[in-house]
Amino acid sequence: MEKKYYVEMRGVNKSFGSFQASKDIHFGIEKGKLIGLLGPSGSGKTTILRMLAGLETEDSGDILIDGNIVNHIPASKRGIGFVFQNYALFRYLTVYENIAFGLRVQKWPKAKIKARAEEMLQLVGLEETAKRYPNQLSGGQRQRIAFARALAPEPQLLLLDEPFAAVDAKVRQELRSWLREMITRVGVTSIFVTHDQDEAIEVADEIIVTNQGRIEQIGSPKEIYRNPQTPFVAQFIGQSAEVDNFRQFTGFTNAESNAERAIVRPEYITVAKQGEFLKYSLDAEEGVVEQTAFRGNEIELKIRLKGNLLTARRLLDDAPVEVGEHVRVFISRVYAFDEQKAYVIENAALNTQESLVI
Amino acid sequence: MKTQNKGGAVKWLLVAVSAFFLIVMLILPLVYVLITAFREGIQPFLAAVTDPYALKSIQLTLEATVFAVIINTIFGLFAAWSITKFQFRGKKVISTLIDLPLTVSPIIAGLIYVLTFGRQSFLYPYLKAAGISIIYAVPGIVLATIFVTFPFISREIIPVLTAAGTDEEEAAALMGANGWTIFRRVTFPHIKWALLYGIVLCTARAMGEFGAVSVLSGHLRGKTNTMPLYIELLYQGYDFTGAFAMSAILVVMAVCILILRNVFEYRGKKNEE
Amino acid sequence: MKQNKRKQRRVIPGFGLSLGVTITILSLIVIIPLCSLVIFTAQLSPAEFLKTVTSARVLASYKVSFTTALTASLINAVMGLIIAWVLVRYDFPGKRIMDGMIEIPFALPTAVAGISLTHMTVDSGWVGQLFGRFGIEIAYTRIGITVALVFIGIPFVVRSVQPVLEKVDPQYEEAASMLGAEKSYTFFRVILPEILPSLIAGFTMAFARCLGEYGSVVFIAGNMPFETEITPLLIMSQLQEYDYASATSIALVMLAAAFLILFVNAVLQSRSSKIVSGIE
Repeated sequence: MEKKYYVEMRGVNKSFGSFQASKDIHFGIEKGKLIGLLGPSGSGKTTILRMLAGLETEDSGDILIDGNIVNHIPASKRGIGFVFQNYALFRYLTVYENIAFGLRVQKWPKAKIKARAEEMLQLVGLEETAKRYPNQLSGGQRQRIAFARALAPEPQLLLLDEPFAAVDAKVRQELRSWLREMITRVGVTSIFVTHDQDEAIEVADEIIVTNQGRIEQIGSPKEIYRNPQTPFVAQFIGQSAEVDNFRQFTGFTNAESNAERAIVRPEYITVAKQGEFLKYSLDAEEGVVEQTAFRGNEIELKIRLKGNLLTARRLLDDAPVEVGEHVRVFISRVYAFDEQKAYVIENAALNTQESLVI
Repeated sequence: MKTQNKGGAVKWLLVAVSAFFLIVMLILPLVYVLITAFREGIQPFLAAVTDPYALKSIQLTLEATVFAVIINTIFGLFAAWSITKFQFRGKKVISTLIDLPLTVSPIIAGLIYVLTFGRQSFLYPYLKAAGISIIYAVPGIVLATIFVTFPFISREIIPVLTAAGTDEEEAAALMGANGWTIFRRVTFPHIKWALLYGIVLCTARAMGEFGAVSVLSGHLRGKTNTMPLYIELLYQGYDFTGAFAMSAILVVMAVCILILRNVFEYRGKKNEE
Repeated sequence: MKQNKRKQRRVIPGFGLSLGVTITILSLIVIIPLCSLVIFTAQLSPAEFLKTVTSARVLASYKVSFTTALTASLINAVMGLIIAWVLVRYDFPGKRIMDGMIEIPFALPTAVAGISLTHMTVDSGWVGQLFGRFGIEIAYTRIGITVALVFIGIPFVVRSVQPVLEKVDPQYEEAASMLGAEKSYTFFRVILPEILPSLIAGFTMAFARCLGEYGSVVFIAGNMPFETEITPLLIMSQLQEYDYASATSIALVMLAAAFLILFVNAVLQSRSSKIVSGIE
């Protein structure tokens, strides 16, 4: 039953002085997958990446690539392409020379270097920049060149450290889909680090969530989003409000769980004005709107419900809601959590009413 | 934006005060050297600077300067590489020790070499047996010159490399480049101008060093006299024409150095944006 | 499963070689000679040491060195501030040349400056004659020493203040003047606090340098014991008499003074940077 992993970490620990950056890291990655390492800053995600690359040495534990332990193999012999956060393009070499650098030091024949460098430039669609220097490129172009440079020596594993952090918001969106497409086309196993959950959810096949040097959860974006397993993941993913006792809400009173506290996300809250249609109106409760904020295609509401401040959304086209207005609120799902684990709990009304329909 | 156009009277008063102060304090002594050197025409000047002792002193000054520049360049490059590219314990101590010669009076710099290699030193019998004389001889002068110019080159390179970070070198190393390739193709272009700038500063100070060299020289005319020491000798002997003629050479060198310095500084700033 | 920490591999090559070369050269040029100073000092008898460093002639030399260095550095602090201000804030013809010539004292050998200043200011020299009419003697007096020290100290304050002043946002001044502040009030209350750390740094560096200066001073000083004999010169004359013990004793006092100055500077710097950056 054991899966065959292409990249693996087994019980890896790392500390910098008294700061423990990685605590007993275990994971495995299948060949050809695109993995997102997600966590807040200081959570140890970049350390994991740098240890895989051989830029940092683990204190204990094993790192395996393609089934071989690589603990003692120097960074340059691991067959890894690395894209640095600030790209680390060689400022005094042209774009072409940047891409050819790795091939030259590996003593490729001249003709092959030229062919490969041109192929890479074509792949990233920046043939016309070959003779320019990195500081003559835009942020997005630099990112592409860094990507081309890392891929040129045909690495088996591509590592990207916060690949979108150094470009502005608009280009970032564009680059995400571009990178996703490129990696799929090249088919190289890739791991990227990010602190931005949207980025991880949108780009990755699988997400590893880290916090305080530990791995919190590994899973597909959908799993991470819908079934957070630890309190941290429940709070970190999505836009959430925390409540101290979720049993005070109608429909959760008899929930089978030891947990008290819970996370409530906007997407599981339905808000209706008085008189508006609400599917589970019997189980809705009354709340007061405290704040409204325009968020482009929707309106974000802060609603006071039994002493808790919840965040909810309504579409821009819905009838407007005003501050101080009494609205009806239905919570369909919460993520309850105790010290160790998180549990998905659905509103009891969902089950009973559905069974009525059948 | 940076400059205010309406400074009015205050502006011109301050400009005038600055200009007057700098002309009197800096330009006048410089010009005075040149005027005095050529006061009696070009012939006495030429006679003074082509005197065998004068030529010998010029030669010794050049020797000491070349040694200082070479040693300090080698040191500066290695020190900058180890300090800016790696984390290790004792880094601060090394940095402090590198800058130490700047805070030590030149006379004390001379003194510590006298104590190290002089007669009362435990090294003295061995040196004597080996037939090596350091103090009151050329090696002492070279050592003193290296000491007083010690931090000049590393101090120029280190800030540039610190600002450039280690990413480029890490990227190159990750691709399998060896140390020499990384240095030559990735690092050196960053520090090119800073290095030249440091060499110019080092040269200027090395040629002009007086105090430390004075302690270690023994003042043997034609043997251990550098240009500044020879100038002192002439001046104390009331040969003012000779003293100022030799000084004129150093003044011209100083002006050249200032021009080069400004060029390199400008290029260096442009280089690193 | 507690394992010993694995040795950190260094990714960038050349650590051993570069650190090795660095430490070797550093040892030969700086560390070993400094050690010999320490070793030699340890052999001095404390009584002998005290007697040497507190003898009347030596005490007089401290006074000469200290007062002239202090006067020269104060003059340089004021003039350096004005020059830096002029170079940063105003545009005028010849500005680049003025900026370039600040470094003359670094580039010109001190001995050359020394003989030039002396020859100018003796009774028969251009400047000497001029001042002689008012009964002021420059060469071979403490005024002469101060003049030589002003010369070598000029670049320190200017080059220390200039870059900081360039970074002071003119919006501060605009904001202050919008609030109705007088120009001079703005300068002393808004700008000066910003550049004060750099001014202090420049001043202390110039002061430390002036205390140790030898080349430019030795010619103009006249070197009269008790009157115009500076401490470095006293060390020099002890050395010429091969009295290493006395020379070293006095040198130690000078070194201590230099480090004290640098230490005071460091304390002042960290204090004022706390105010500006708000870090406690």
